[in-house]
Amino acid sequence: MATKKIYLYPLWLRIWHHVNAVLMLALILTGVSMQYSNPDYPLIRFDIAVSVHNISGILLTLSYFYFFLGILFTSIGRHYVMKQGFIKAFYQQARYYMFGIFRGEPSPFPVNADRKFNPIQQITYNVIQHAITPVTFITGWALLYPETIILNVFGYSGILLTSLLHVAAGFLISIFLVIHLYFITVGHSVSSNMKSMITGYHEIHDDVKNNSADSEGEQSSEDSGKTK
Amino acid sequence: MKDWFRKGAAKISLLSGMLLLPVLFAVFFSSVAADKPQTAIDEESQQCLVCHSSHRYEITDTLTGETVTMKMHSELQIDPVEYRSATHGEFKCTDCHSADYNIHPHPVSTKFEANYTCMDCHGGDETYASFHFETIEEEYLKSIHATELGEEFTCWSCHNPHTYKLSDKLPGQLVNRVARNNAACLTCHGDINNYAVLIEKELPDLIKSHDWLPNQSLHFRKVRCIDCHSANNDSIMVAHLVLPADQSVRNCVECHSTNSILMASLYKHQAVEKRSKLGFYNGVIMNEAYLIGANRNYYLNVASIVIFIMVLIGIAIHATLRYINRHRKHGN
Repeated sequence: MATKKIYLYPLWLRIWHHVNAVLMLALILTGVSMQYSNPDYPLIRFDIAVSVHNISGILLTLSYFYFFLGILFTSIGRHYVMKQGFIKAFYQQARYYMFGIFRGEPSPFPVNADRKFNPIQQITYNVIQHAITPVTFITGWALLYPETIILNVFGYSGILLTSLLHVAAGFLISIFLVIHLYFITVGHSVSSNMKSMITGYHEIHDDVKNNSADSEGEQSSEDSGKTK
Repeated sequence: MKDWFRKGAAKISLLSGMLLLPVLFAVFFSSVAADKPQTAIDEESQQCLVCHSSHRYEITDTLTGETVTMKMHSELQIDPVEYRSATHGEFKCTDCHSADYNIHPHPVSTKFEANYTCMDCHGGDETYASFHFETIEEEYLKSIHATELGEEFTCWSCHNPHTYKLSDKLPGQLVNRVARNNAACLTCHGDINNYAVLIEKELPDLIKSHDWLPNQSLHFRKVRCIDCHSANNDSIMVAHLVLPADQSVRNCVECHSTNSILMASLYKHQAVEKRSKLGFYNGVIMNEAYLIGANRNYYLNVASIVIFIMVLIGIAIHATLRYINRHRKHGN
């Protein structure tokens, strides 16, 4: 049924995404294991968890800057720019996810060569990548070198506050991960989004193309993306 | 308008000053009062300190009138300020040392003086029953120090009688307490000469032997050597059964868990509380440090689990409704 394939996920981005996913998983698992450490039921041995967490955290920092340079210097960056009328668009997309999707309504912001993300994806990825992930690795580096942390902040231990911030940000990322994994299935078919992230090509189907709410604004994918 | 503002500001600053000053005084004097009051040194002991508080001392030959200056051995030097604030600072020198020391130069008999140990004064004494000196002795006799070194090692090897303070019960300043405590261990374990005096073995390199420990310097600053290197005993405040290296704590989760052994050692003197301070486990630790695994927060734990379950339920409902819609569509 696929009518067109557009190349939306270049190799550098896919490599980053998958490496990032593995690092995030390693960090969440080892983090949970340390936070809920128990001598009788160790999820991961404490010293191994510490080493894996530290190494993964360092690699995640590098991975973040790799991604940051990627969106800064390639055309992929334009997909993350939230344009005017964002709030209205956000509401439309939220309404679709909460009601329209169950009634078989077309997605208000279907994927095309110029729009990889809907407004909810845009704000979520921006917040996760540019706010929460930096909080985790900045506080993580501080905890790796605790002598750099202010000892006392208004009567509270600086290390305690840094740790709470680190754990809270890590928790938000783990919530994001669960929802993100679920949204793999919200494609044309249950596995189509997964396939896209492996091959790099996004399939545009006739039924979606014809039904989309703003198909009049849809630009030809030939403008900017490779097509098949 | 400006005048009115200036006068108002002056009144406010005067009033706040009047309110703040007594508070500042109270804070200052309470902190001063928190230290052990220094006792006055008696006249006889002051005579001893003329020489023993200095790096050098003079002896005059009463026959010839000739005076020589000698060096005072560092072990025989006493800091009067430190001594006066020490636990035993109220004693006269001759309460513990022979009265022959009042003769100058000290006669040879003083060389044969038997030093008191803790048990000589405190053993079987009801006044000090709460310290359980007998248990301390039993524990010590089982320790590696007693079994390896025998008579070579005494209470004074770790507890300097002239400076020892019963400070482990005081709250706050844990870092200083840890440093003071570890300094006693490092007197021998960090000094090749002092170590060699006690035992004919190569001094192990502490940095290398602890290289498995993550955040080594932080651990050294925040916990005492004995917290890992000794076995706790519930009836005494500070563990005295120092263990051989291979029997010491090496399993991280023995401290990094809600059941942290540090609550039975380093934090034993503070109020024993399972959950306190806005729901944190082992809350007393947080007065001084944060210990991953041990300082979990009950309410945050519950909140995070509830949020996680709600997200999963939300996903399950969303997926189910999508599934129903897809089937309905295919049915049509």
